[in-house]
Amino acid sequence: MRVLMFGWEFPPHIAGGLGTACYGIVKGLAYNGVETLFVMPSASGDEDGSVAKIISASDVPVDSFSHSVDEFLDKVRFVRIGSNMIPYVDPGEFHEMVESERRLQQESFTKHIGQKYRFSGRYGSNLMEEVARYAMVGGTIAMEHRDEFDVIHAHDWLTYLAGIAAKELTGKPLVVHVHATSFDRGTEDQIDTRVFDIEKRGMMEADCVVTVSDLTRGIVINKYGIDPAKVVTVHNAVDFSGRENLQVDRGIRDKIVTFLGRITFQKGPEYFIEAAAKVLKRTSGVRFVMAGSGDMMNRCIRHVARLGISDRFHFTGFLRGMEVQKMFAMSDVYVMPSVSEPFGISPLEAMRSNVPSIISFQSGAAEVLKYAFKVDFWDVDAIADCIYALLTYPALSAFAVKQGYDEVNRLKWNAATAKLKHIYESVVSSKGVQ
Amino acid sequence: MKKSICMYFQVHQPTRLRQYRFFDIGKDSHYYDGFADRTILRRVADRCYLPMNELLLDLIQRYKGAFKVAFSITGSVMEQFDRYAPEVIDGFRRLAATGAVEFLGETYYHSLASLAHPGEFRHQVEKHAKLMEDTFGRRPVTFRNTELIYSDGIGKLVYDLGFKTMLTEGARHILGWKSPDYVYCDAAQPKLKLLLRNYSLSDDIAFRFSDKGWKDWPLTGEKYLSWLKATEGDVINLFMDYETFGEHQRASTGILDFMRYLPGVILEDGSFEFLTPAQVARKHKAIASLQVQDPVSWADEERDVTAWLGNELQQEAYNKLYDQAEKLALVGDPILWNEFGHLQESDHLYYMCTKFFSDGEVHKYFNPYPSPYEAFINYMNVLSDFIIRIDDAVALKRET
Repeated sequence: MRVLMFGWEFPPHIAGGLGTACYGIVKGLAYNGVETLFVMPSASGDEDGSVAKIISASDVPVDSFSHSVDEFLDKVRFVRIGSNMIPYVDPGEFHEMVESERRLQQESFTKHIGQKYRFSGRYGSNLMEEVARYAMVGGTIAMEHRDEFDVIHAHDWLTYLAGIAAKELTGKPLVVHVHATSFDRGTEDQIDTRVFDIEKRGMMEADCVVTVSDLTRGIVINKYGIDPAKVVTVHNAVDFSGRENLQVDRGIRDKIVTFLGRITFQKGPEYFIEAAAKVLKRTSGVRFVMAGSGDMMNRCIRHVARLGISDRFHFTGFLRGMEVQKMFAMSDVYVMPSVSEPFGISPLEAMRSNVPSIISFQSGAAEVLKYAFKVDFWDVDAIADCIYALLTYPALSAFAVKQGYDEVNRLKWNAATAKLKHIYESVVSSKGVQ
Repeated sequence: MKKSICMYFQVHQPTRLRQYRFFDIGKDSHYYDGFADRTILRRVADRCYLPMNELLLDLIQRYKGAFKVAFSITGSVMEQFDRYAPEVIDGFRRLAATGAVEFLGETYYHSLASLAHPGEFRHQVEKHAKLMEDTFGRRPVTFRNTELIYSDGIGKLVYDLGFKTMLTEGARHILGWKSPDYVYCDAAQPKLKLLLRNYSLSDDIAFRFSDKGWKDWPLTGEKYLSWLKATEGDVINLFMDYETFGEHQRASTGILDFMRYLPGVILEDGSFEFLTPAQVARKHKAIASLQVQDPVSWADEERDVTAWLGNELQQEAYNKLYDQAEKLALVGDPILWNEFGHLQESDHLYYMCTKFFSDGEVHKYFNPYPSPYEAFINYMNVLSDFIIRIDDAVALKRET
């Protein structure tokens, strides 16, 4: 089995969790005997090429493989992004607009034939343009390598258009992998509709949609209206190979309870603060740390100041590199009160660092972790209860540490990717799952 | 009778905190950014303190003592002078020797102790008075509180400490129709005389001097004299930061030349005399008493204490800091007292101010932090470490 995989980033240069997950998947697939051609917008050359052949889209010129531009555009039906919307046009005007759009698209595509596009591969302001260009180049790459793969696999909406282009041009089956949805990034009334459209189109055109949790599977089925028969959950795993737990000299004698992640609405930081205030009313000898940054950070700082607990509640700002490990090593309890979390890898990291974790039922990780403490994100009393218990009853925390450590070490990509391989086989043989 | 002109200059530099991270708490108890302090102090010394000390000494000598000024120099900046620019202190000593310069009393650490903790306030005023006496040979008799903060309650504290004169802001909301250009007295302590800053004429020099959009730009000595002459009353109090001359307003704006020229223009006119605050209080009777229930200050449009205690971040930091006073008294460790003092500098709270819209520009100018939130986090991290040290010391004390 051979797969053409579209990703956005790959270690060592990663900005989010997607790159790490892709690495784990590619490694796991190799273990299961699947060969991977991994395409990314901009590779730096120091990626681990032993597990997959890495193709950098920045090195590939858009090619005139089709007989004409028209034919190509006809097949791929690009969504041209960045055009302005104009309300209230009559049908004549509308036709005129669509035609001029089409001409523009042809022009811009013709212009790009034979040219390389330097992708930033980041999450910047011209992300939409990069996504569209990535699709063009993705199509070219798929055609160049058409005899070297059996199935196409695209990770998250950034790469869906490339996946679709590859499928349209080669006729090979497409698997899209949903690591997060628009509903995990914004509240329901403020999702980015352009992103939503790309997500939905990717899921519709895919032969199989893989989700990282049943929670996300539910969102894909209910919010995007995808046929449940082709949506399959493959839970994330985590690759701890070659990692030693850090020993740190902690300057503080107090127990430390940690929140680590982006400080945004979806992560539920304010529930953590409320729970902290409740715990601090009952016990001393504990400090709370909110590590990370995000658009809710200033609001959280004010919230903590208003509650009058700033001498026991600390903010670290964004943590870089080893500081994350250091923070886990200093922690006694980890809390992830996410309002909506497709999976959530951080409690696994915490448990691997011997830190017992409290996570919300509203996270995908809750589906696989038996030895994490689970609460509803809004249930501040329950969060406070758990924190208090873990701080006060050594037997409980010792048990949670031991069992949690063993549990996360058992969550291997090898098993998860065996499931992926099975999905590839079924889409290749029948162009449909089960 | 000649009208009096009373000039007083404030000299202060904060003890800046280094970037102090959560990971430092409990491990590293060095809080200060000595490099920033030294760099800034050297810069301001070269641009302002040294040339201005020379300039004022010249003026006093040229007019044979008819030109007089007053200074209030905080303990915090004196420590920095001592460390990084001792020649500035020599300059002040030479000024003191002329007899035409008065040095005022204030809190050693430029703190808000007058609002928070009377005991700590007395301690700091005492410490500062001793420093002034040791350095310049005279114990201060006039008091200026941090940022000219004043209220009835503070007036009593200050009077009980033996001061007969106090400086504060001629804030419109305490004066109403009254003019700042007379001597007033404290409502409860009629023997405590109050000198009020004429903020309009003071800010013409301190803020507007270099503003080319100002209708009266450029400001000349003659023009300024005409405004002084148009003012009714017994005394015109011109209170401003010493750093106005050369630092806030660069030498290139002509501010130093203006200052060199102005006293001559005023003295030649013949209708004014320069007096120090103590002399003003001796010469003029108080024409009325002032009742000030809520503290006033010279800061911002509001002229109150909201620049330091206006939001929940500032109040939290302030409360948590002064909560330590009792424990510190129990321990009595001079090193911890010293840290406590430096952490009380009002500047730390000023950096957490979120009033961005009206006076934001002034706040930004003085603020080493990119945002008030970062100022708060950094300060609280330092404070957390400090509290651990105090608690350890308390525990040790109990054991022995």
